[in-house]
Amino acid sequence: MAETAIIDFRTRPELYRHWKLALENGVAYLTMDVNEDGGLKPGYKLKLNSYDLGVDIELADAVQRLRFEHPEIGAVVIRSQRDRVFCSGANINMLGLSTHDHKVNFCKFTNETRLAIEDASEHSDQTYICSINGIAAGGGYELALACEQILLADDGSSAVSLPELPLLAVLPGTGGLTRLVDKRLVRRDHADFFCTTAEGLRGKRAQEWRLVDRLIPPSKLVDETRKVAEETAANSARPKNAKGIALPTVARTIEGDTIRYGHLTVEIDREGRSARIRINGPASAPPADIHAAGATFWPLALARDLDDAMMHLRLNETEIGTWVLTSQGDGALVEAYDALLAKEASNWLVHEIVLYWKRTLKRLDVSSRSLIALVEPGSCFTGTLLEIVLAADRSYMLDGTVEGSNLPAATLRLTSMNFGPYPMGNGLTRLATRFLSDPKHVDELKEEIGEALDAEAADETGLVTFTPDDIDWEDEVRLAVEERAGFSPDGLIGMEANLRFAGPETMETKIFARLSAWQNWIFQRPNATGPEGALKLYGTGKQSKYDRKRA
Amino acid sequence: MAIDYSQLIPNNVDLSSDRRLQRALENWQPRFLDWWKDMGPDGTSAYEVYLRTAISTDANGWANFGYVKMPEYRWGIFLADRDAERQIAYGDNKGKPVWQDVPGELRSTLRRLIVTQGDTEPASVEQQRLLGKTAPSLYDLRNLFQINVEEGRHLWAMVYLLHAYFGRDGREEAEEMLVRHSGDPDKPRILGAFNEATPDWLSFFMFTYFTDRDGKYQLASLAESGFDPLARSCRFMLTEEAHHMFVGETGIGRILQRTCELMKEHKTDDVRSLGAIDLATIQKYLNFHFSVSLDLFGQEASTNAANYYTMGVKGRFLETRIDDDHLLTNATYEIDTTENGHIVKKTVPALQALNERLRQDYIEDCARGVLRWNKVIERAGINFEMKLPHRAFNRRIGAFAGMRISPDGKVLSEAEWKASEGQWLPTDEDRAYVTSLMGPAITQAGKFAHWIAPPARGINGQAADFEYVRFN
Repeated sequence: MAETAIIDFRTRPELYRHWKLALENGVAYLTMDVNEDGGLKPGYKLKLNSYDLGVDIELADAVQRLRFEHPEIGAVVIRSQRDRVFCSGANINMLGLSTHDHKVNFCKFTNETRLAIEDASEHSDQTYICSINGIAAGGGYELALACEQILLADDGSSAVSLPELPLLAVLPGTGGLTRLVDKRLVRRDHADFFCTTAEGLRGKRAQEWRLVDRLIPPSKLVDETRKVAEETAANSARPKNAKGIALPTVARTIEGDTIRYGHLTVEIDREGRSARIRINGPASAPPADIHAAGATFWPLALARDLDDAMMHLRLNETEIGTWVLTSQGDGALVEAYDALLAKEASNWLVHEIVLYWKRTLKRLDVSSRSLIALVEPGSCFTGTLLEIVLAADRSYMLDGTVEGSNLPAATLRLTSMNFGPYPMGNGLTRLATRFLSDPKHVDELKEEIGEALDAEAADETGLVTFTPDDIDWEDEVRLAVEERAGFSPDGLIGMEANLRFAGPETMETKIFARLSAWQNWIFQRPNATGPEGALKLYGTGKQSKYDRKRA
Repeated sequence: MAIDYSQLIPNNVDLSSDRRLQRALENWQPRFLDWWKDMGPDGTSAYEVYLRTAISTDANGWANFGYVKMPEYRWGIFLADRDAERQIAYGDNKGKPVWQDVPGELRSTLRRLIVTQGDTEPASVEQQRLLGKTAPSLYDLRNLFQINVEEGRHLWAMVYLLHAYFGRDGREEAEEMLVRHSGDPDKPRILGAFNEATPDWLSFFMFTYFTDRDGKYQLASLAESGFDPLARSCRFMLTEEAHHMFVGETGIGRILQRTCELMKEHKTDDVRSLGAIDLATIQKYLNFHFSVSLDLFGQEASTNAANYYTMGVKGRFLETRIDDDHLLTNATYEIDTTENGHIVKKTVPALQALNERLRQDYIEDCARGVLRWNKVIERAGINFEMKLPHRAFNRRIGAFAGMRISPDGKVLSEAEWKASEGQWLPTDEDRAYVTSLMGPAITQAGKFAHWIAPPARGINGQAADFEYVRFN
């Protein structure tokens, strides 16, 4: 375990310190009221509704819960409790005190949360509306950008801004630049002016330049927001009479280097700088009543376990660079679950579970760890779980059985879930991305749905990388994992990200790619983080000194 | 139509040959006059007021007295004379020649400072627009109007800077200053104290003593700006601001004098029964206005203030007379702040404590007037002392915001606060009483309301019964 207190992503509304969640007439009100003294780590105060990872963990939790626990909610309003301050973005002192990897992990998580907000608006018909009553600066405006509608108080002082470049010599870290031009379709010259004006824009110009949707006199902001939200909720297709399911805290135990969840186990090999993530297939056939099963329904329970495990490893186990993914269980049962998910696709809860798996698999895609999948005898990489193999940078499948073991030879099985419901950030399925050179092959693979593909067939159809037999297996796998641990982590992250996201660009791939390429570079440059860099000196009153060379 | 700008708008900025400025002001001036009619002193257009008008910056020019109808007041644009050798006195740019134009990288910072300062000027005119109806004398009415037109001129001074140096953005900001209104729930003035009502003359005198004095300190630190036109503007404004504080100080002094006279004459503390304002109520008003004005200085530890200083945009009070390196890179300063619910002293980097330092200068200045008020009380033989409350008392901005602290600086529980609040801050009943004294304006020359003593001397050497305002 890491030496400092671990960061726990599990929370629930009763424990929130920074947000208030209220429900009324089909609308959820998420009100930001950041507790200044509630920072995740000591050394900074969360003034003016600025946030750190702890604040965003609560936001992510709320976004997630609203989808599962509240099918009746059709619109979500994000607003602030503070007078004349909406949100002033990521806390600068926190960034100054944080290690580089924490900053990146923080940015990544906040990006995933904003994408989850957009996913809820787009796919769950739970539409986010942002009501800005004061200053929305940097990450504060980026949070607004993740919403579908931005309402701004027209009081002559409420403003939206992205002051990162002029004030801090860095870039907005949660997709602000991309969303300006790609989502809100702000003209590039307007965006250029906006992003170099520290105080931002307000009133008429903010609206004319598409930075906000509506201007509302401050005395009417609360009522108008409610009106817009209630109308939006009324038009939502979410089942207003359905009952949600509760999401109890994900149970886990950490003993030494072993972390046990209900449906998976993580074993950390510190020397090898790798973690083995063992996923358990379902223990029995799918239940008749999915709602009654609720959070214990295997696909949902496993997704929650996997999601938490990934976040835990990302933030708390930064030196564990390789995740080795394995599974055990009955592929036929996984297939039965997938069939149920496909059959009940129009059921709101099933719809949410499938969307959640989509997001969880995307989280795996952007986890900046080397991913190696091992398809061993007794494994159950079928359908939804097969996506994990396809997400891996490399996969090994044991050909045949292991001498002295009675486990059956490994097989892979495709289901309809591999052909659409789980697109990557690039908008394509993992199969389509894998076989960009031969789109016809993806169609041909549909013929194989339900077939148990042994190592030879998996190799032939291109679903795995290598298929050593039991004599070679251990050495091949050991060498692959050890070799990985020897490379530069930075180089690997860059290489893997370049290779994983073949195919078209989307707003999502741009956000992550530009974050890792540009922001990480700028974050490391002396102009930002050197002793006289802007980020370093922010708040001291000293002026930064820039290296004026253009690189 | 050719307009003679030097007649219409007295100035020393060569307005008649600056087309850009002319164009901007042509648009803005009618809007300003509309604003004055709508939001300026109510129902006063026809009054002829004995006002001082600045027509140049030399010793004879800045105070020209004569009767003027206020809408015809010649709001001029004056900058203190330029010192060709002037250098930036502090910060990273120390020793460099001051800027005659706005440096690009400081454009938005300077604009924000000018807008924040400028916004307070019309705000106070709006806050005071109904006071003329209850003026305690012609002398006081004239002083009120003098302050109003000069606040208007200060707006002009800031608008001039916006028009002359900040292009289209500056013009838009100048318009916004006429769109925001004090206390308007939808378009409030920028700073909190300028959205509070000034409902009576006791509040007015307190406002001019305490809140205008904040203005003095803000102007004085902007007078140190490396942006020379701003520095020169503010230096000239300071000469006028002095009169506003004089009105406040003497106004309070005259009320105290009247109260003490009555206490002595009738040998009673109960001056309310005699139609005057009791000392305890005056102290409560003082507590309120002092604490609200302290908020205007901002957070105790401020990044913005530090940046302004380092960049050379805003200095300390009388910067050039301070004996230090004027860089403050390694200097420290002790501030009052809170820790675990207690008021503690804490040493912080001096750069971040500039707001607090300015607040300290301000508090010391406030205290000097309080001493003079106490002399008035002492001379009357009354045993009472007016006091400034602790700086942590009744604050809404900074480290003490949200805490309950007594005037002598003790941290209180909510219950303790509630039990004593009415002894420290004006209650509704106090305000109703003071309002009840505000009868119809006294318009007869030489007469004064019962609750206030006449001034020691008139304006510009005139007698106290001089006809300072002609109503027509």
